[in-house]
Amino acid sequence: MPKNTVIPAFTEPRHKISIRRLSTLALLGFLSLLVPSLGLADELNLPVGVTAISRDVYDLHMFILWACVGIGVIVFGAMAISMVAHRRSRGYQARQFHDNLTLEIVWTIIPFIVLVALAAPSTAVLLRMYDTGGEDLTVEVRGYQWKWQYKYLDDDRNETVSFFSSLATPQDEIGNLAAKGQYYLLEVDKPLVIPTERKVRFLVTAEDVIHSWWVPDFGIKRDAVPGILNDMWTIVDEPGVYRGQCTELCGKDHGFMPIVVNAVPPDEFESWYDEQAELAEARRAALSKTFSEEELMAEGERVYNAFCVSCHLPNGGGIPPIYPSLIDSPYVTGPRDDHVRLVINGVTGTSMQAFGKQLDAAQLAAVVHYERHAWGNNAGDVTQPRDVIALTE
Amino acid sequence: MSAIIHEHDDHHDEHHHGPAAGITRWLFTTNHKDIGTLYLWLSFLMFMVGGVMALLVRTELFQPGLQFMTPDFFNQMTTNHGLIMIFGAIMPAFVGLANWQVPLMIGAPDMALPRLNNLSFWILPFAFAMMISTLFMEEGGPNFGWTFYAPLSTTYAPDTITFFVFAVHMMGASSIMGAINIIVTILNMRAPGMTLMRMPLFIWTWLITAYLLLAVMPVLAGAVTMVLFDVHFGTSFFNAGGGGDPVMFQHIFWFFGHPEVYILILPAFGIISQIIPTFARKPLFGYTSMVYAVASIAFLSFIVWAHHMFTVGMPIAGQLFFMYTTMLIAVPTGVKVFNWVATMWRGSMTFETPMLFAIAFVVLFTIGGFSGLMLAITPADFQYHDTYFVVAHFHYVLVPGALFGIIAGVYYWLPKWCGHMYDETLGKLHFWLSFIGVNVTFFPQHFSGLAGMPRRIPDYALQFADFNMLSSIGSYLFGFSQLIFLFLIVKAIRGGVAAGERAWDGAHGLEWTLPSPPPYHSFTHPPRLSEGEAHS
Amino acid sequence: MSAHGKTILKLVVLVVGMFGFAFALVPIYDLICEVTGLGGRTDGKAEISTGDLPVDTSRLVTVRFVTNTNEGMPWEFYSDKQSMRVHPGETKQADFIIKNMSDRGINGQAIPSLVPILATDYFHKTECFCFTQQYLDAGASMRMPLLFTVDPDLPEHVQSVTLSYAYFEVPAVTS
Repeated sequence: MPKNTVIPAFTEPRHKISIRRLSTLALLGFLSLLVPSLGLADELNLPVGVTAISRDVYDLHMFILWACVGIGVIVFGAMAISMVAHRRSRGYQARQFHDNLTLEIVWTIIPFIVLVALAAPSTAVLLRMYDTGGEDLTVEVRGYQWKWQYKYLDDDRNETVSFFSSLATPQDEIGNLAAKGQYYLLEVDKPLVIPTERKVRFLVTAEDVIHSWWVPDFGIKRDAVPGILNDMWTIVDEPGVYRGQCTELCGKDHGFMPIVVNAVPPDEFESWYDEQAELAEARRAALSKTFSEEELMAEGERVYNAFCVSCHLPNGGGIPPIYPSLIDSPYVTGPRDDHVRLVINGVTGTSMQAFGKQLDAAQLAAVVHYERHAWGNNAGDVTQPRDVIALTE
Repeated sequence: MSAIIHEHDDHHDEHHHGPAAGITRWLFTTNHKDIGTLYLWLSFLMFMVGGVMALLVRTELFQPGLQFMTPDFFNQMTTNHGLIMIFGAIMPAFVGLANWQVPLMIGAPDMALPRLNNLSFWILPFAFAMMISTLFMEEGGPNFGWTFYAPLSTTYAPDTITFFVFAVHMMGASSIMGAINIIVTILNMRAPGMTLMRMPLFIWTWLITAYLLLAVMPVLAGAVTMVLFDVHFGTSFFNAGGGGDPVMFQHIFWFFGHPEVYILILPAFGIISQIIPTFARKPLFGYTSMVYAVASIAFLSFIVWAHHMFTVGMPIAGQLFFMYTTMLIAVPTGVKVFNWVATMWRGSMTFETPMLFAIAFVVLFTIGGFSGLMLAITPADFQYHDTYFVVAHFHYVLVPGALFGIIAGVYYWLPKWCGHMYDETLGKLHFWLSFIGVNVTFFPQHFSGLAGMPRRIPDYALQFADFNMLSSIGSYLFGFSQLIFLFLIVKAIRGGVAAGERAWDGAHGLEWTLPSPPPYHSFTHPPRLSEGEAHS
Repeated sequence: MSAHGKTILKLVVLVVGMFGFAFALVPIYDLICEVTGLGGRTDGKAEISTGDLPVDTSRLVTVRFVTNTNEGMPWEFYSDKQSMRVHPGETKQADFIIKNMSDRGINGQAIPSLVPILATDYFHKTECFCFTQQYLDAGASMRMPLLFTVDPDLPEHVQSVTLSYAYFEVPAVTS
């Protein structure tokens, strides 16, 4: 067997000083990161939220966090003591032990006991979360690429209030052409409205791919899976506007489909709901109306910005080849009825969705008219709701 | 046994004169060291490619608003960053380390199946070339996340999904062949006297990892095959309309995916278990419990998968089962951490670069373990799930975990491989910059996650801006620091202070009984395992 | 066979077995879903004779219907009633209407899902349009019955169940 050659550990004193200083500085730098963290503790932590469940979850979170901090102090403390005291540069001689059955049994059993202590309250909270039933209101939450649909399922009325809720942040703010507002990316054109102090049940599902509906302040999150219904519930204590986001990658605009919930006192909710029912009635009436070109352009732009803008962009230029430009497009300058059918039915096998069920005839007419007359397009025709209805009957 | 040794003597005689000259040395090599070197360089290249993607992601996230890329390209970057780092950087690096070290550490002349070894390496460059080339195609590359959840990866996928499926098949085939080779070598080619319970911990962890690979890579292959069939042949494995179920995809994927995360960490456990005793100049504490801990982690990894899916809508019994089993993993993991600390305790420690990375591993991996425990708690997971808290968690276990383990291993064995000591000053500089960089990058992500920032978004609300900027700055620091590592390795290969056989005075194990660099054929005669070299 | 060969053979068997296992997960998953009600699946026809169930007139359970069409499918789909109050054990009928709003013939399949998940085992369907596919010519419509029974063993605290049907467009089965 060849004789062992021992290369001594790193010993050049000139470097040692500079590196030790560097290390100290580095550690101080790292610790200084934590200092501002303490001052901002509330903003850095999980929100306590406004429901009994969210408070339970917060308590659970803090309990585990402190348990981890406790274990961390013991483990890292032992390491730190060892690293300071048991180093060769201090002439410390290694003790050659390598087993201690008692110790090993102890540090297998103690963590187990800690885990049981964590599991018990977690199970209790989970059981409370699963206590569905006895709801005062049921709302179907439906994920679309890339917006949410809310349907109020109401036994007492034959009418079902239903609407889409999509990002309201202007494209100019996203593209850094305009100053960003306070609720940048967390604002929608039409928020979900629910009553406070009532048990609201959400039935979560999806139209196309998997999405996930999350409002941190309620402490609830559930995946929206196409074809499958998931349920969860909440009772909101305090009126307010609560914001969340989609939390399952759902394609291009996953980051641009926020959730805004407006929780209002029950009587206010009732009047809001009645108003929605009336609005739905007014929209039905609009189907038989004839609009001026100005009205069509204005409504069309609104619809376009809510439903079309993320793919075809505010200037209509799209992102070819996947999202074609609408400027001088053969679809847009060609026969109007083909254009309307395309928007209603979508194009199978492409990203073009079928909007026939998302938009009513008045909205379809307006957006088609808008596309045919915006960005320099000039088809020179007028599309009215009845033209759309004629194609679908 | 004697027959096998004879076989290898023949093999040795054929190539007595060392490596072939020129490029053919690398193309046709069946030598475990050459193949190990190829794996490690490929891994470093992929680490750079995946790293550039990460820096592009962090650059887009430097400020709110869309600055540099479309959301779709952003998704392609996050997806490919994940795939390349997992399958291209971490896994090949471990296979490279195994190729170099397994024969050296068990006293074998080479790997058991040298030609298979060559094949399993050379598949990889083609697999990654195919996957990366999709980024330059009109439709773009994979953009559905590395977890490729259906139906985003089926009905709604870009057409390039087919290339992705075949690339994953090739990576899987390579991993399976590599794992078979490692198992056969470890089981059949150990030096006389090296019983299973006298094997170095690195060999143990790799043996268990190889079995995990064989058990789950075929499941991944099955999953991508089903995706391929759904896309091209009209089947409905994951399409609800045809009687399939998109949730089933997640079950199959995570049945592969959870053991996979242990594939990414167990060999690092082994490396750390070699390094800490060397620099503490003390035997590893609790060798037997270390082996059993690794085995129990591997076993548990098969019954915890649905903790990735707590929000998908499971019956309460399922939620509780997966919460409890997941929490159980903390017990064997805790045993390992306690054993490492006990190994350091009352040692005679010095802090050369491998030891610094090993200590950082123990601390930061433990922090990743803590956040893992928090994520195991189902009700709390409803809040953490798919936020940056998860991103922080898995980067803590994968970057200062798996990656620091690999880097520590490279520093530890580099003198053995090239015969020169590396530049210790540069090594320490590399360590401190990486250590700071990794924490500045990933620690703030815990906070942005708790504050409500979802993962995989190209743009974010204003309250997350500070943390994201900090995180981006940290990522540049970490990323560019790795160029020091590259420079240091090249420098050490080209020259430096000669490393003796036992490059580290506290090191034990058969690899340290060979010259540095070791001869082209490692152990031409099976060494006798002395008491002093047994499981260091 | 050499020692290497034997080891390799065992490992290859393991690999092939696990590849097969991935596909075996499909029926295993279906089985688990049926046993646990995972995914709220209620695909199967009632295996018990629902006519023999005792009727529990002491309680009423609300059955709510949720109807959707997926992926932009141009059908109108709704239930006659949004919800019904039923005694456990009695067999009730609910009607569903589909209408093809497009100008082409479309084949559809309704996918059921039920919440709360634990009620899945207690909801029996004797006749359901979801057992088969439906074909509608352009502009055609159809009224379809659902015959169902809520099991009297349904746990007391479950006062309402919600049954969802999601229509998907599927390629026509050529027989």
